[in-house]
Amino acid sequence: MKIIVAIKQVPERDAQVRIDAAAKWIEESGLQYALNESDAYALEEALQLKEKHGGEVVVLIAGPERIGPTIREALAKGADRAIAIDCADLGKLDALGVARLLAAAIKPENPDLVLTGLQSDDLGQGQTGVILAELLGLPHSSLILHVEKTDAGLTVKRELEEGWFQTIELPAPAVLTIQSGGNKLRYATLMGIKRARSKPVHQVTAAELAVDAAPVVVLERVALPQKQKSTQILSGTPKDAAAALVEKLKFEARVL
Amino acid sequence: MSGIWVVLEEREGRIGRISWEAVVAGQKLAALTGLAVNAVVIGAQTDTLAAEVAAKTLGNVVRVEHPLLAAYTADGFTLALQQFIEKERPAYVIFPHTYQVRDYAPALAARLGQVLIGDVTAIGEGPVFTRQLMQGRLNGSYRHTSDGPCLISVQAGAFRAEELAAAATAAAEVTVFSPSIDPAQIRTKPSERFRGAAQTVDLTAAQMIVGVGRGIKDADKLPMVQELATALGAELGASRPICDNGWLPMERQIGSSGQTISPKLYIALGISGAIQHLVGIKGSQCVVAINKDPDAPIFEAADYGIVGDLAELVPVLTEAVKAAAQQ
Repeated sequence: MKIIVAIKQVPERDAQVRIDAAAKWIEESGLQYALNESDAYALEEALQLKEKHGGEVVVLIAGPERIGPTIREALAKGADRAIAIDCADLGKLDALGVARLLAAAIKPENPDLVLTGLQSDDLGQGQTGVILAELLGLPHSSLILHVEKTDAGLTVKRELEEGWFQTIELPAPAVLTIQSGGNKLRYATLMGIKRARSKPVHQVTAAELAVDAAPVVVLERVALPQKQKSTQILSGTPKDAAAALVEKLKFEARVL
Repeated sequence: MSGIWVVLEEREGRIGRISWEAVVAGQKLAALTGLAVNAVVIGAQTDTLAAEVAAKTLGNVVRVEHPLLAAYTADGFTLALQQFIEKERPAYVIFPHTYQVRDYAPALAARLGQVLIGDVTAIGEGPVFTRQLMQGRLNGSYRHTSDGPCLISVQAGAFRAEELAAAATAAAEVTVFSPSIDPAQIRTKPSERFRGAAQTVDLTAAQMIVGVGRGIKDADKLPMVQELATALGAELGASRPICDNGWLPMERQIGSSGQTISPKLYIALGISGAIQHLVGIKGSQCVVAINKDPDAPIFEAADYGIVGDLAELVPVLTEAVKAAAQQ
């Protein structure tokens, strides 16, 4: 089974984000980056499928120079090789533009399965995988917690709202977007980190992939959310704050 | 190009609340653009759904109907709506941002050479569409720049279903649109939906809930949280990452993929407040947030907040609650 996992590098979850001077995006200098969380689950699912059925796991990523550590992390966890699309201004593309880049890199690989996380932690659009399927002409399913290879193709467990699930059968090759929590994530071992150094990383530029990247949707402005609710912040020592809170809950909100 | 079309979604045989919210978003957009709002229902048999929509006299209703649309599939819905949109040439198509819409609307948009502006929370002059970025820490304003149809989906709770206004016109015209779909074009085979493990915890009815999130850092801090819950007589709930890690069972998850709660008091400990969690706590009467990050979006949703370290705050809060109970 040849599995391609499309991953993204995003600002670290706890990073303090500041809006940039043009109010078009966030200030990227000094920011720490990490592998997008649901993409980590997609990679884990791919690695487990490979352990069961053999084959190859290829990670695919697009971004500027800083994506290096994220590629090495994926390789150290067990991916066999990587395809890195050098794209300095990924943020200027819309979801279709990004998916076109990824699809152009995936096509010549003819994978049996394409996985990606269900959404990125920065833009949170949750569209890349579904658009990829459309561009590749493959069937897809989203919010997947479990993947099983069958003789006919794939059987997957899809998450629905409010605690419901659904099983879906689909032929391979297919594109699946993976929801977090389906598996336990592995850590890279020392051996894995060592091995990662000699694994192949194929570099390709966005220009070489020659896709139409003119956006149809533009992010014009980034702003802090306006406060809609007046939140009473209780300060002081932990003891004072706790006492003040209980007081408020009892006599102001009357819920204790 | 003709007007604004809202694609309504069926929930247990009726139009779901979030779909009415999408109609309100459509009416907001109509006020800005001067266009008329119309509705689409889709399925194998849509007469009762269409009647439910028509009764509100919002505008015209189209029943997109085909036997192969009986069960939702991304292939079926994408094909049917693609054909409808190519015929009708709407200026705007609005969807409720449900798991189902997330599964097909991006592909539908791509097939039309468009990009869905998903999870919209506000619509302003332009029109400019607001959606959250960076897990709710920032808002982004998006503009559609192509001349094709503009597809958007609206976030649950962002628009108020109560503001639904009847159109000035008389009775709505209901028509049927029959897409052509070949069985071979539907590549996925869905099962009936099912519940996970037996639900033994019903958070939906709990009056007091203490929710715990990623900020707890370590599973061995859970007893400390349980003590607070016990002192309050509260149920323990969690945000998704805690259940993903297996620290608490999935049935204690609060949010769009878990349970929707409406307690008297909800205390969120170390929960940053991603939108998936916030939609699950909207019905809470009083929300308390305790988090070390003063910029965490959970404070937006809270009546009372304390910025600080959980390990220090939770034990003293437990003591304060116990002391108050003895008074």
